[in-house]
Amino acid sequence: MSYVYADYEVKRDLSRCTLCGACVKQCFNGVHSLIDTENGKKLVSDESKCVNCHRCVSFCPSRAIKIVRSDLCFRKNDNWSDSVIKEIYKQAESGGVLLSSMGCPEKYPVYFDKILINASQVTNPSIDPLREPMETKVTLGKRNRDIRRGKNGHIICDSSPRLDLELPIMFSAMSYGSISYNAHKSLALAATKLGICYNTGEGGLNKDFFKYGKNTIVQVASGRFGVYKDYLEAGAAIEIKMGQGAKPGIGGHLPGAKITEDVSMTRMIPVGTDAISPAPHHDIYSIEDLKQLVYALKEATEYKKPIIVKVAAVHNIAAIASGIARSGADIIAIDGFRGGTGAAPTRIRDNVGIPVELALAAVDSRLREEGLRENVSLVVGGSIRSSADVVKAIALGADAVYIATSALIALGCHLCRNCQSGKCNWGIATQVPELVERLDPEKGSERLVNLLTAWDHEIKEFMGGMGINSIEALKGNRLMLRGVGLNEKELSILGIKHAGE
Amino acid sequence: MNTEGERGNRIPSGCAIAGVFSETGENISGAIITDAMRTMRERSNGLGGGFAGYGIYPQYKDYYAFHVFYADKEAKKACEDYLDEKFEIINLSKIPVRKNPRITDEPLIWRYFVMPDHNLLRDSQLDEREYVARRVIKINNEIKGAYVFSSGKNMGCFKGVGYPEDIGDYYRLEEYAGYGWTAHGRYPTNTPGWWGGAHPFSLLDLTVVHNGEISSYDANRRFIEMFGYKCTLLTDTEVITYALDFLVRKKGLTMSEAAAVIAAPFWTTIEHMPDERRVVCDYLRKEFPGLLMTGPFSILVGWNGGMMALNDRLKLRSMVTAKSGARTYFASEECAIRRMDENAGGLLAPRGGEPVIVTLKGEKSDPPITNLNCFAEGDIDL
Repeated sequence: MSYVYADYEVKRDLSRCTLCGACVKQCFNGVHSLIDTENGKKLVSDESKCVNCHRCVSFCPSRAIKIVRSDLCFRKNDNWSDSVIKEIYKQAESGGVLLSSMGCPEKYPVYFDKILINASQVTNPSIDPLREPMETKVTLGKRNRDIRRGKNGHIICDSSPRLDLELPIMFSAMSYGSISYNAHKSLALAATKLGICYNTGEGGLNKDFFKYGKNTIVQVASGRFGVYKDYLEAGAAIEIKMGQGAKPGIGGHLPGAKITEDVSMTRMIPVGTDAISPAPHHDIYSIEDLKQLVYALKEATEYKKPIIVKVAAVHNIAAIASGIARSGADIIAIDGFRGGTGAAPTRIRDNVGIPVELALAAVDSRLREEGLRENVSLVVGGSIRSSADVVKAIALGADAVYIATSALIALGCHLCRNCQSGKCNWGIATQVPELVERLDPEKGSERLVNLLTAWDHEIKEFMGGMGINSIEALKGNRLMLRGVGLNEKELSILGIKHAGE
Repeated sequence: MNTEGERGNRIPSGCAIAGVFSETGENISGAIITDAMRTMRERSNGLGGGFAGYGIYPQYKDYYAFHVFYADKEAKKACEDYLDEKFEIINLSKIPVRKNPRITDEPLIWRYFVMPDHNLLRDSQLDEREYVARRVIKINNEIKGAYVFSSGKNMGCFKGVGYPEDIGDYYRLEEYAGYGWTAHGRYPTNTPGWWGGAHPFSLLDLTVVHNGEISSYDANRRFIEMFGYKCTLLTDTEVITYALDFLVRKKGLTMSEAAAVIAAPFWTTIEHMPDERRVVCDYLRKEFPGLLMTGPFSILVGWNGGMMALNDRLKLRSMVTAKSGARTYFASEECAIRRMDENAGGLLAPRGGEPVIVTLKGEKSDPPITNLNCFAEGDIDL
């Protein structure tokens, strides 16, 4: 017997239900079943299995289903919340570490929501993006090299390896294995159409996707799954994953059940074995070791590809970033504690790391103080939810942002946060063939392209309002931001003024 | 003396600018440029006017001419002690002025002709100009009540709070003559009435007069402050001056290349450029994105031996140029040019981002502008 009661109830409007059984077919969790009774067929629900993913709701042709939060309650207690009690029951039953998926949902401050954006009035004209050119193209990599001239006096235009993006937005790392083949294909197609990049995550690159290489960032993580010469050469950039916002200091664990034939080929590990990424890179125990890996990868790819070092936003992030900026890396990616994951220990996800807004502001300021900011570009993620977050992140100092949760939501994810089960009814975080089939990569990529095209329009409207017609002029332009309801310390870390100042 | 930028407040302003430059180096009286500014009175509001003259100190042409505002005698003493320590002072005097009923609350205004102390310069391991620039920045940041508003060789800035024609009269500009002049009338939204806030803004011989408000200000400021500059005034003009100084003096770009950084062509324009130009413009834009300036501006940049007019990429501020013989004229409005020379011809409204550069004959000049013009004929993609 379990003491854990169902979180949700399935409400079925019997006056609408036609007993068609669509809900039964759609729910891979087995919540719905059509049974025969003396009075004919009947639909029943096992709500203990419901994760509130809305698959049945969306596919019910007569709109007969809704999922509501159960009002079953414990005695009111502001210290021992319902979720705390339920988690103790779960651990008492299983003896295991609690697992969760997607980003930290707890009530910590969201600084993006306490920052407001400026607009021009009188002294400076706003610019209409529908009538005037408005540029959101960015280039990532090292800058500000010494100017060298040839014999005829012309500038020798040799720059460090760069990543050119049509928008300051990329899809961040999600491995093939944690998400499905079709989800990966959707991201690859969309990145190609948009002129941006998606990221393989640490799961290697499926042979079928090598053709999207110039829009691909290939990742090298602590497990080194799927890393070989062709893989490194396939991408537009190489990312060394040192950490992830959802689980800083923790490695990864893809259960053997998800290592199907194809995933096994891609990851280069046997079918059915657990894929365990160690917590640290065992060849990187210090900053000088990172430098060696950066240069090893540069050597392997003949200094043609920018190297990204991705780290989780942790307390000492400014000093860490400063070290990375001296390591030869071309780009630093910072993942905030709200960043998503396919599976992480709940306690880690909800209690380790810091908000990306503060990490970004601190890193950008520190790198400038030390004169290192032009050594690297900064990419931030975890979590960027809208075009407004993009604008705020760039004005705080980012060169570009990474999105993943927003992209998955565009593909149909309903944030039920059960990726670790592998039973994603939307065909995203699963390897079950019949579920994977539910996601059509063509349609999925179209939705992703729509999302980012819409964001691009919105970013241009924001920029035009500020009288800025190129994204470079927004980068680090903190005077365009004001805080609301923030204390002096928060304002000083963010490097912005309070509204009214 | 309340300085601008003290409380961290930015002061946007509109403005009038004008300039004249003789390629043959003939002497032009300061009276001419003062008179030209009269016609654009409407564009100023009496809260700032100023001038920069080039070739005006031939007798001291090998020395740095420092023009300094002092709030009081203490500031003067502190600054002079510092100058004494770091420089060899060849000559010092008050800058001669003429009382004008519309110019009041003036600070003490002094002029010094100096050379860096030989031993200190050698020990600093700096190039002479960098040595001087660092000392000027230090005085302006650290000696309270002292402000060096001009620090180049054989040139000088003259500025203050008032309408430009009154400022010209106050400084007796008709007594100076040089081969190039720029001028500015200011229309700030608000100002504590500090003389240092008027244009031109300068560092060494580089001066900028500016009309507009750059929306990229803080991005540019935070970029340039990484390289030893300190933007204390929080005015756009200050950041433009430092940006040009950085690109030209420190990075070794030509003025037209620097123009392709701060008023970079649009990507779509770059794409359609002929190969050589495309590669350079693409390179410069990607190498120095932090100095791209957006928002309206028209600027006149002066330096020893040259002058450049430049508009923002969209041309959101007026600016015309004209020629007459060896002289080139620049102004926010044609009327100011007509006042300087009724018969000037070749009237041109340069396109957004298209620099117009003139240099003294025989000076090392920029590659012809056409090499780097931001817009090729007819390919503006508006």
